[in-house]
Amino acid sequence: MTSAVTFRAVSRHFGPVRAVDHVDLDIAEGEFFAMLGPSGSGKTTCLRLIAGFEQPTSGKITIFKEDTTALPPWRRHVNTVFQDYALFPHMSIRDNVAYGLMVKGIDAKTRRRAAEEALELVKLGGYGDRKTGQMSGGQRQRVALARALVNKPSVLLLDEPLGALDLKLREAMQEELKSLQRKLGITFVLVTHDQGEALSMADRVAVFNHGKIVQAGTPEDIYHNPRSRFVADFVGSANVLPPSLMEKLTGTSAWAGLRPEKISLSGGEGRLAIDGTLTDSSFLGAVRRVAVNADGQTIHANLPAHEMVPEAGARLTLYFDRFALTILDDAP
Amino acid sequence: MTATTAEDSLPSRISGTLWRRPKLLILLLLTPPLLWLGIVYVGSLFSLLLQSFFSLDDFTGQIQYDLTLSTYAELFRPSNFDILRRTVVMAVLVTIASAILAFPIAYYAARYAKGRWKAVFYLGVMLPLWSSYLVKIYAWKMILSKEGIISWVAAKLHLSVLLEGWLSLPEVGGNSLSVSSTGTFLVFVYIWLPYMILPVQAALERVPSNLIEASYDLGAAPAKTFRHVLLPMALPGVAAGSIFTFSLTLGDYIVPGIIGTSRLFIGQVVYVQQGTAGNIPLAAAFSVVPVVIMAVYLWLAKKQGAFDAL
Repeated sequence: MTSAVTFRAVSRHFGPVRAVDHVDLDIAEGEFFAMLGPSGSGKTTCLRLIAGFEQPTSGKITIFKEDTTALPPWRRHVNTVFQDYALFPHMSIRDNVAYGLMVKGIDAKTRRRAAEEALELVKLGGYGDRKTGQMSGGQRQRVALARALVNKPSVLLLDEPLGALDLKLREAMQEELKSLQRKLGITFVLVTHDQGEALSMADRVAVFNHGKIVQAGTPEDIYHNPRSRFVADFVGSANVLPPSLMEKLTGTSAWAGLRPEKISLSGGEGRLAIDGTLTDSSFLGAVRRVAVNADGQTIHANLPAHEMVPEAGARLTLYFDRFALTILDDAP
Repeated sequence: MTATTAEDSLPSRISGTLWRRPKLLILLLLTPPLLWLGIVYVGSLFSLLLQSFFSLDDFTGQIQYDLTLSTYAELFRPSNFDILRRTVVMAVLVTIASAILAFPIAYYAARYAKGRWKAVFYLGVMLPLWSSYLVKIYAWKMILSKEGIISWVAAKLHLSVLLEGWLSLPEVGGNSLSVSSTGTFLVFVYIWLPYMILPVQAALERVPSNLIEASYDLGAAPAKTFRHVLLPMALPGVAAGSIFTFSLTLGDYIVPGIIGTSRLFIGQVVYVQQGTAGNIPLAAAFSVVPVVIMAVYLWLAKKQGAFDAL
């Protein structure tokens, strides 16, 4: 399989700040790749490096085998869907979508048809004559998508594209983006701080922290086998058990991750137990999330919503399977 | 009676009443400026307009208060029409030159200048406005004179031939820069430039930088991005700035009086006609011309979409 985008030892420093620090990256052709991390972790800078808005301080970037390290953004065959859409306010929706074709010098009739097709693709057929100010957030999002896709980019970059949408719309757009990517077969690179979004949409996820990729793999792999405390906590908010507690439980002194949904209130053969005091219990609809304080260590558990839970302050024993524990690196 | 508390003191009662009746507040705030604008400003404009429909009796030198278009007809006499043409051409050239000079400065200030450099920018643009207009014009007279710094620098660089050549041209030339139309043009551009820079800068400031990035991203190199994104979005600012430079040049009578040829501009004619010559109708008709030109200009600018990005 060809690589759509590769980073070789790419760094981008802003003065003393190492926004991107020695990153190696391979994005395969046709895959949906997500870059996940908290704000300031370097994921957006990586996206901007692919788009060409930033120049690497050192290292080499290729897009479909072409060295693009020093190529300006207007000469790269990638297009971006911006976080706040960045639609041109002085143009109609159609002119916005056709902009890329217009600057390439494609004749008015062809680009009008192409723009209309792209708008159909994002379910906005017939909206071409409107102004950007007349569109809702979700519609602008789709226009931004159409404006990028009309150029048939070899890589489509999405910078927190769903961040400004409400929950319902966001879920609908997640599914839509995913099916669009399958249909078009274009390599999508998504930047997000929302782990649910990354896990549900992407074929592969890279987790960023402090300018580095701390773990990359399939969503299942990242979720079930986090390698570090950071990944365990950031992806799916796992409980991180310190070596002292692990020593008591299993005899091994190591950091470990434990998913809240793997914990229950019923014991059984070979199950490990932690005693503690219930400090908080909140009903989340599908599950009930409880917080238990065990010797100063807070452990969260997702219990079935119908489970009867005592009052806060009561003693409680949590049970889980030994195999539910994931041993983590010593490094954070 | 107990002492009044803070709640029912007079200022507090007034603000309470105004808060409950926002329309009363707006009325109070708007009445003085509206009176000023309505009576002093628009009122005098209309009396000017009215004057221009009167005429002057050539024999008695008295104003005849009968409505007539004969004063306007006088504007089209070759000697008068020449003045109109000269002034309008000058105003157009000054506006174009100001826009071209202002854009890069405004662009830099809007997109790159931060903190201290922004303050330096504002100071640099505004500082010339603080000193007297007359002082600046007389300073320019020295700069442009035969013994002035421009001739001196030209001589040092062995470019005097170029300067002489330019001054020997008809229309733009003269004995020295200070008595040529070129000199008038340079000084006009100098004194009106800030009025172009500031609105253009304000317009560019409102262009989000990600629109520029989006344009690059869609394949438009900087020149195309300028043409299709930056310029259209800055156009309201350029239009606002050009209203200043254009109308200020149309109406000015001091600059062409001190620097330039003896050929007259609209402002000078108005000054002479209503002062020494006492022909107030003709002066009024001349001053209506810039008003009409500006109205036509704005209408054209609107039609061209200059205000679409507002």
